[in-house]
Amino acid sequence: MTLSILIWLPLVAGLLAAIWGGKAAPKLYALGALATLAIAISFVARFDAGHDGLQFVTDEAWISQLGVSYHLGMDGLNVVLVLLTAFVFAAAALMANLRRWERPGLFYFHLALGETAVLGAFLAQDLILFVAFFDLMLIPFYFLTGIWGSGDRAARVRATQKLVIYTMVGSLLMLAAAIATGVLAASQHDTELTFSFAALRELPLAEGTQQWIFLCFAAAFLVKMPAFPLHGWLRDGYGAMPLPALAAFSGVLSKVAAYGFLRIALPIFPDASVHFQELLLLIAVASILYGSVMAFSQGSARLVVAYSSVAQMGFITLGIFALNEDGAQGALLQMVNHGVVTAPLFFIVGLLAARAGSEQLRDMGGLAFRAPVLATLFLIVALATLAMPGSGNFVGELLILLGAFKAKVVFAFVASIGVALASVYMLRAFIKAMHGRVNPGADSREVTFGDLVALVPAVAVILALALYPQFGLERTETSAKQAVAAVQQQTGQLAAAAHQPSQEQTP
Amino acid sequence: MTPTLVTAAIATPHIDWAGLSPFIALAAGSIVVLLVGIVLGAGGARHATPLLSLVTLGATIGLAIWQLGERAELLAGAMALDELTVTLILVLAAAGVAAVLLSWRSRAAGSAGHAEYYALLLLSVLGMAVLVAADNLVTLFVGFELLSIPLYALCAAEIRREGSLESGLKYLIVGSVGSATLLYGLALVYGATGSTDFGGIAEALRDASVRDDVLLLTGMGLTLVGLAFKASVAPFHQWTPDVYEGAPTPVTAFMAVATKAAAFGVLLRLFDVGLVNAQTTWAPAIAALATITILVGNVGALGQTSLKRMLAWSGVAQAGYLLCGVLVGTQLGAKAMVFYLAVYLAMNIAAFAVVIARERAAELGDDIAAVAGLGRTQPLLAWPLTVAMLALAGIPATAGFIGKLYLIDALVDGGWAWVAIVLVVGSMISLGYYLRVVAAVWWGEPADRAEALAATPAGAPPVMAGGSQEADALGRPQPEVVLVAWLATAIVVVFGIVPGPLFELAGRAGSALTGIF
Repeated sequence: MTLSILIWLPLVAGLLAAIWGGKAAPKLYALGALATLAIAISFVARFDAGHDGLQFVTDEAWISQLGVSYHLGMDGLNVVLVLLTAFVFAAAALMANLRRWERPGLFYFHLALGETAVLGAFLAQDLILFVAFFDLMLIPFYFLTGIWGSGDRAARVRATQKLVIYTMVGSLLMLAAAIATGVLAASQHDTELTFSFAALRELPLAEGTQQWIFLCFAAAFLVKMPAFPLHGWLRDGYGAMPLPALAAFSGVLSKVAAYGFLRIALPIFPDASVHFQELLLLIAVASILYGSVMAFSQGSARLVVAYSSVAQMGFITLGIFALNEDGAQGALLQMVNHGVVTAPLFFIVGLLAARAGSEQLRDMGGLAFRAPVLATLFLIVALATLAMPGSGNFVGELLILLGAFKAKVVFAFVASIGVALASVYMLRAFIKAMHGRVNPGADSREVTFGDLVALVPAVAVILALALYPQFGLERTETSAKQAVAAVQQQTGQLAAAAHQPSQEQTP
Repeated sequence: MTPTLVTAAIATPHIDWAGLSPFIALAAGSIVVLLVGIVLGAGGARHATPLLSLVTLGATIGLAIWQLGERAELLAGAMALDELTVTLILVLAAAGVAAVLLSWRSRAAGSAGHAEYYALLLLSVLGMAVLVAADNLVTLFVGFELLSIPLYALCAAEIRREGSLESGLKYLIVGSVGSATLLYGLALVYGATGSTDFGGIAEALRDASVRDDVLLLTGMGLTLVGLAFKASVAPFHQWTPDVYEGAPTPVTAFMAVATKAAAFGVLLRLFDVGLVNAQTTWAPAIAALATITILVGNVGALGQTSLKRMLAWSGVAQAGYLLCGVLVGTQLGAKAMVFYLAVYLAMNIAAFAVVIARERAAELGDDIAAVAGLGRTQPLLAWPLTVAMLALAGIPATAGFIGKLYLIDALVDGGWAWVAIVLVVGSMISLGYYLRVVAAVWWGEPADRAEALAATPAGAPPVMAGGSQEADALGRPQPEVVLVAWLATAIVVVFGIVPGPLFELAGRAGSALTGIF
């Protein structure tokens, strides 16, 4: 069984859903997404954590004239992220199944296309293939937001325009940069044109070239995350996206960007990564603080979660640009944690909105009154989000901060304020929604069985990750080391200093 | 005088009939179409002449494929038969087929006379074929005029509509200026190099004193300007939106793709074969033109509400992208340009087919409102338009993405990375207008009928007459238009996922330019 099946199965299910349409479509895609999850699990089960290098490799020529290949492979960097993607999309499919969508065939087709593109981006081992999948990711979400988004037409048009323009500006710069990487690497080292990650790692570019190319990649990734100064599309984009799509978008699409830093920026442009380390750390810290403050001041439950993910993505960037192993591993772990937490959070926002009549926190209140199960589930997810000790997020944030303290103390110190802020905004949202005076317009009722089917697995995974973070850590360890190996050579002393304490085992 | 003496006195060139066969087919086809029109009269010609035109174009394609791989001089070096010629003839003939199918039930063909309309169309294709094969300055000009003059007439084919006449007249005037400039430039190039033959010019340019000759520089400049008019390269593009908007839409579609393919084919051969030794002189000029064209075209398209005008501006921008292939002066550049030309053809044909279908069905003509809500009402038309727009914007999984990839690759490889950045910036701007169409198609509200009538400006034709006769009450599009749209869409998607075969063809065309690397 090859990784191609994993990538293309959702799209096949989506196409079938589009052709059948009508009532069959939701079931078809849900089945497809669950089957994809099953296949992803089987790959993870067969994944050999001790083996360094790629596993389950597929390598075919795609555009042989340009040296572009259809090269897929799995290693420690993407193994858990692939599982996360399959899981979040399966959850989103179940979530979407609970309500009726106009033109269902088309809706599930776009969702499926999104899943295929994300899986492709995670598994691609060729720079151009990665860029192609990365750009393709945007298109289905553009349609999902435009056709099925919430709000009036003007709001949706504004959302889609901002979403596309921001992300495509980054993506197109990345396209030019990606081509330049391959062509210049080939000409500077006088070799055949190739875009394979493994080959490009061996062909470092001159430092000046690396810098502008790195900035183009960084722009693409930071927009997608989104990170603080490039988050302009977030409010409208997240505000208008239909909830199942939003769960997938916030849960995994933002992770592709962070993954891109680890997969591409650090190993292939090590000089530039070191050169711009402080800039990126600054962006990370700014995102953490800005995201936390904004999340605290939002009136809409959806936007609280949206801005909280800006802060979380800031933590992940912080971990990556600590440029050491702890940071990288913490970032990877946090990507999974955040993905697993956001999907149910957005689902809960949907449930709350169905009870209160709107997504505004002021319309909610006292919703826990007749819905203890919902309140419990929400509490678990909220506590995980604010990185309560004992949760998986706690381990992730701890590792990230550990890495950051070893690299740049000042940034780590400021960033740790963000940990405290997280509890402030999450608990505020929880209390406002669930406790206090029952809002007369709100209708407190318990979750249905269907809701539970979609919600409980996610909460179960959160609990499992809290109890057993080693699941991710032991699989990512070798690859995380490799990802930062090139930058650590550049930083030299910093790496040597940072390396000694990291011998002690972290949780 | 005895017959032997006559033949001895006139040295007849060797004529390679096989090599000439695609050209002969086109010439013969246009005459036959005209004659059949006379014999059958207006009623009979209605379906017979387009059918015959299709046969002619089919024969041309067949003969061209037969000649693929041959390399020969035709008519004593007047034309070159090589893979570049053949590939571009294939592109041109494909554009011709699409134009014929789109014109089949159009008002333009009816009002101009079916036989004349299709004969002119075929003659124009012939002119383009001659132009892309031209290996001599004189042939170049002959081909140029043979392509232009029928187009002037075709633009004015709807003789009862003011816009069409205006478009034809404008095109005639601007085109004549372009032709005159081109002719002047060609004469100066000849004066400087002493040869009309591309090979001879390249030979003469080995001499540095000739390369720096003011006469040559002026000649090259004027030639470039003349061709830039035809290829709608900024700042010589101002006629494009007006002419495209006024001309009958099938003619616009044909002009947009075929004229551009021909103009860029000859630019490629003239600059990368004839003037290749002066590359250091002309490359900065072309780079500047490409930059201006990309920016002007994309910015100009942003404010358009008429789809035809928007496609015209987008065509200007795309001309800038294509110019990048000429600019680098490498085989890789030539390959990338030929690849992009083929893709450009498919993307535009798909878009224009949908515009034509809507124009015939709705009262709104080519306004963007005419496609609003199409995703709900007519998915059969919505998908081709969506794919075409995404491909023009360069989204992955479409051939437009691969085409841009190839062009950027050629640019970076040739040391023109900054032009690649301009191209990318242009693509970003282009999203603004391509996606507006996609948004209108999928989440726009279909305009109310009454509102639509009120919105139609006075003086415009009340209802597209072709539409009211042919399209049924439901506004269902004609099958041949839908067929064209879907074929073009299939090409865009298939070559976006499996670009290998098209790369092969473009690669062979590019390697025909043996003077460059």
